[in-house]
This record gives sequence, C-alpha cells and structure tokens, in this order.
Amino acid sequence: MSFVSRGFRGRRREDADPSRVPPGQYVTRDFPVLSAGPTPHTPLEEWTFSIVGEVDEPRRWTWEEFRALPSEEVTVDIHCVTKWSKLDTTWEGVSVDTLLEGVETSAEHVVELADGGYTTNLPLEDATGGKAWVAFAYNGEPLEPEHGGPARMLVPHLYFWKSAKWVRGLRLTATDEPGFWEVNGYNNYGDPWREQRYWGD
Amino acid sequence: MAGTAVLGRLTWQVAEVVDVVTETPRVKTIVFDVPGWAGHRAGQHVDVRLTAEDGYQAQRSYSIASAPNGTRVELTVERLDDGEVSLYLTDELRPGDQIELRGPVGGYFVWEPSQGGPLLLVAGGSGVVPLMAMVRARAAAGSHADTRLVLSSRSWENVIYRDELERLEGGGLRVVHTLTRSQPADWTGYARRIDAEMLAEIGPEPSEEPRGYVCGPTPFVEAVAEALVQLGHDPRTIRTERFGATGG
Repeated sequence: MSFVSRGFRGRRREDADPSRVPPGQYVTRDFPVLSAGPTPHTPLEEWTFSIVGEVDEPRRWTWEEFRALPSEEVTVDIHCVTKWSKLDTTWEGVSVDTLLEGVETSAEHVVELADGGYTTNLPLEDATGGKAWVAFAYNGEPLEPEHGGPARMLVPHLYFWKSAKWVRGLRLTATDEPGFWEVNGYNNYGDPWREQRYWGD
Repeated sequence: MAGTAVLGRLTWQVAEVVDVVTETPRVKTIVFDVPGWAGHRAGQHVDVRLTAEDGYQAQRSYSIASAPNGTRVELTVERLDDGEVSLYLTDELRPGDQIELRGPVGGYFVWEPSQGGPLLLVAGGSGVVPLMAMVRARAAAGSHADTRLVLSSRSWENVIYRDELERLEGGGLRVVHTLTRSQPADWTGYARRIDAEMLAEIGPEPSEEPRGYVCGPTPFVEAVAEALVQLGHDPRTIRTERFGATGG
C-alpha cells in the first residue's frame, strides 16, 4: 500500500485486541442503531414466530411458547457494515437449531422474515450448528424495540444486517433469495473477515 | 448511468481535495474531484479510507452532499471531538490533499427527480446532508415536485446550508426551520423539537402519500418516524437513515 493520507496518524485503540477486529472496522462502546424505516411495535400477545417454506410442516410459536423453549446465553462480537464493531456483547436467545429440531427439509437457504417487510438471506448451514439465535434479551434485559425487540436474529459471524431486527420467522428455501439490503447493493454473504460489504466484494 | 454504478465491484479511488467550505462552526464541506467517478444518486454514501505512513488505516462512511455532477463529489462532515476520521477531514485536509474513497453505496435511502413528489424531508443537524443532495438534485433537474424540508438545528448559527436553502426556496420547495436550543431575538419560527403537531402543520397529509426521508441521530429518527406513523403515514413510505456519535 503506497497511498498515504498526508498528516494522518490515526488513533489506534489500545484496549481492543486487534485480532478480534475485522478489516476496516473500528471498536465502539456504544450500540448504534440502523434500520430502514420506523420501528415496529408488535404487542407480545400478537407476536408469533414461524418456520415456513420448504418444510414438511410449518411451525409456529406464540410468545409464551417461544419463551418456554430452552434458551442459551451467548457472548459474541458483532460487526456492522457501517464500520463499527462491538466486542463481548451478551445475549439470551433460542438457538435456530432448537427451532429446527425434527424439521424435515431439503432447503439449503433461509430467509429471515421481519416486521416491516425486512428480509435477509443466508445459507442454511450458516444458521445452524450453533451459529445463529433468535435473541430476546441483551445484557440481561429484554431487548429494546429500537434494537429489534421483542426478538431479533443474532448471526454474529456475518455482518450485522444479517441479524434481522423484529424477526418473526424463517423461510427455508431451495434456492438463494437475496433479501432487502442484498438487492440494494450489499454483499449476498457478508463475511466481515473477508470484508464482503458490497456487491462484488 | 448512476443507477448501475453500484453493479460492479466498488474499488478504492483516489479523491483530490478541490475546496474546503466552512458551513457552521462544527461542520465543513470538503469538495473532491474523483477522476472516473461513475455518478451517484441523491441519498447515497461513500466509504472514506485514510492511510497513515506506517500503513495503519481507518474507514468511515459519509453521505454525499452534492447532486450528481461529473467527477465532483462533496462530503459535509461534522467535527466530532473524539472523531478519529472526522477530525482529520475537518481540521487537516486542504486543497491538493488526497484521500481514498469508494462508492456510491446504498440503494434504498435514495431519491431521483424522475420519482417526483410530494417529498417530506426531515433532518436533525447534519442529518440534512443526504437530504440536501436530494434538494440539489431536484433543483438541478428543474423539478417542481412539492418538497418540504424540515430541519432541526440547535441555533441559527448551526443551520447547515442556511444561505443556499434560502436561495433554493420557492417553486415548490418549502424549508421549515426549528431551533431547539437558542433563537435569534426576532425569531418567529418553531423553537422546539420536531413533534407530531409540527409535522401535521407542515404536511403533506398522509392521503397525499408523500415519500418520507428522515435522517439524524437515533433518538431524533425514532421520534420523527414514530410521529409520522402516528399521524397516519404508511410506515412503508418512510425511509430512515441514522447516525450516532460513535467516534466517527
């Protein structure tokens, strides 16, 4: 890299392990909010979570049923495509493995479905095997609406737009169906360690 | 074509500073020339990359302030006291300096004059930047689309693009200011945070189905978007973009 910005020294973070910060990211202590439209407010008594698409039989949980499922506490680093990373965030959620237990499917992809019409896609193998959760608590508190409450996806190994806020279901699909940001210029897969931010990255 | 510029791989391009304009005590516009710039749509942003002599790099995203105009790209940057990149952009850059950028990025928070109006643009502070690109694109295209820009600033001195907005007003563009912290002695305009009552007075009515674009800090965007939904606007017609003071 021969390009130099005259007079730029930068301010390296001393308190963050560089091996945990993907290329082009910086560590923040805040929890910034990004979303494409107004924050939905679905009452818990109307809230359901569904598994639909290429499955033998669709599944559906009410909020009460969902919260009765076994849940896990996970501490993970998250990386937003807008450049911030937040280390050691603690969540509680239901593993997608738990939600898909006993589901027969030949699907290889999944689309996350959220209130407000937001969707995002990923390979099914990126949503299973202990890599993805439907999270309902952050730092031991119920998830706030602006951060995706009552429940959001948590897929920390991909850029955070792959973790849909206000998630209401998963659609298993045979073919890959690019979601909301994926048709609007953002990368179809979104691996922060390969800096797959945009189309063609 | 601007609309297809994002289809290929976005490569880093060298951008040379042509001019630095002081907008307010905390905000500057940096005018770049980007040879080979493929164009952009109003509302899109770019990634900026700075490289120190030892190879250390920092990246941030900034909204484009200018309407599509050849190889010229303008970024309006608010100086954040602890901002690693914004301090460099606002305090250090001078004409002739070079940085790297890639873009344009984003295909949702965008508006093109061919889409028409009515438009409802609501900005908090430097959230006006991508909305100004829309106002400028509208003017450049000679569009008379009904456009209402509601701009919340702390004080009259902190109103970004104040003079240009005054010049552009009329012909279907209405600019409404609210000054939340201090007001000039003879101020007769709004002097409070944007709320549902204010938005109802300014319009357009939900029945006119305006395209809404809201940009500002998160609490601002949350409050404005919520107020618009409360007034009866279809949430799907309201597009939001947020920024937070996260050390940019």
